[in-house]
Amino acid sequence: MSPKWRSGLIFGLAIAVCGAAIYLPTLRQRVKRTAKLVQETEEQARRELTQAITGNPNGPRVKTKLFWASGADGAKLTAVTVELPLADDPVLRAKQVLNTLLAGPVDADLRTLPPDAALLEFYLMPDGTGIADFSEAIGTSIPSGIESEQLAVDSITRTLEANVPQVRQLKILIHGQEVDTLAGHLDLTGTFVVSTKPAATPPAKPAKVS
Amino acid sequence: MLLGMRSGLLVPFSNERTGGRSRFAVLTTPFVVCAALSFAGWAASSPRRGPFGTRAKQAPPVQSPVAQAAGTAQAIPASPAVQPVGLNVVVLDPAHGGTDYGARGTEGIRESEVVMEFTVQVRRALESQGFQVVQTRMGNENPSFDDRSAVANAQQGAVFVSLHIGSTGLPGTVRVYANEELPAETDATGLIPWERAQGPFLSLSRKLGDFVQGQMALRFKGSPNTVQSAAVRQLRTTAAPAIAVEVSSVTVENRNDLDRMAPGVADAIAKGVAAFKPSYVVAGAAGVRP
Repeated sequence: MSPKWRSGLIFGLAIAVCGAAIYLPTLRQRVKRTAKLVQETEEQARRELTQAITGNPNGPRVKTKLFWASGADGAKLTAVTVELPLADDPVLRAKQVLNTLLAGPVDADLRTLPPDAALLEFYLMPDGTGIADFSEAIGTSIPSGIESEQLAVDSITRTLEANVPQVRQLKILIHGQEVDTLAGHLDLTGTFVVSTKPAATPPAKPAKVS
Repeated sequence: MLLGMRSGLLVPFSNERTGGRSRFAVLTTPFVVCAALSFAGWAASSPRRGPFGTRAKQAPPVQSPVAQAAGTAQAIPASPAVQPVGLNVVVLDPAHGGTDYGARGTEGIRESEVVMEFTVQVRRALESQGFQVVQTRMGNENPSFDDRSAVANAQQGAVFVSLHIGSTGLPGTVRVYANEELPAETDATGLIPWERAQGPFLSLSRKLGDFVQGQMALRFKGSPNTVQSAAVRQLRTTAAPAIAVEVSSVTVENRNDLDRMAPGVADAIAKGVAAFKPSYVVAGAAGVRP
């Protein structure tokens, strides 16, 4: 290879290296942005999927009590009554009220749960144990602390108590897994009492008269 | 994991849910405890003063705090050398640590760092009241929940105080928490499940919490007057009167606002624990735990 070609090749390589050095940070930023977008889209898709489960929108609207933080004292909960077309099925009903709770109040300061958290699934066991499966955001986006974590769980349990009497106690999972704590403080290994009232017995069917 | 009541001694073993560090602690703790038991047994049989001070004279068996708290007559297994032991050790637990910063403020305040500085002052205040202080962490390490509880569960006549800085609440206020209702359980062999170790101590924890919270309310306007209830994970596995103290908050604009609270928090804890001391008499003897 002649010296002319060699210097041309070195020059070309130098330009390529410089170009790559300039372009790489931009590329890295784009990759990060895309990853974030994908994550957000997945989260959004999950929320849409779960929130799509609503009762009959044309059905009768029922007064529903939701527990959000009180404005005066952020450490306490206050009941807000809204009208929702709640389903009769306790599982659907629990999903509806919890999704509305997650959607949050108009005033963001009254939120008890992070806006990007989603209810992935809700199950109801025959003994009245409700199992609420939330996305990771409920643990990662909530303000860390005993007070804030307890308030979040209280808002869930009190909302269920007010609207879904079939739920006696609540187990919280995060992305299908049992975890030690919500965000480093509150114990999620056990169940939370939702209602201490005696379980309502279904009305007895009238005996057939032959 | 279970806390075995062997001669009243709480022995942790077999916890499938604990991580590697905790598993190590679980495996080693019985050996450490056995060694301590042997030494204590030797000390008990010896008429001279022990290396850690004067031992109380022998007293008739007393009901364990487990039974006291549960309000039942189900005492610990009878021991020939049971004697009342007063509160003399305070286990301080600076929460979080290592890569777990805990609550973080917008001004870069980290809960794990602030609680260490609070701990220094609380320790000093407690020692000035004559208490022996044991810490669950001395530096920037992050022991597991079970490891922290194990420190308290290895002590005799101890109370456990976990220190936190929250990310909510009115800045300049302090809340004291005891665990929520936790049924006191023992199995057929008299073992207390590790997962429910706090159960028998719950009423004592509330009492301790009320004393400390009362002191906080005197110093920090806007703080509650009585202890709060919360399902605090750290407290559940602690077999001693246990409280969590949460200071508000990491959201303050200036770190000095929090630092200024430290002497008051320390004084309130020390005075609260001192006020609680007469109500905490545990059944114990050399090498015997409640």
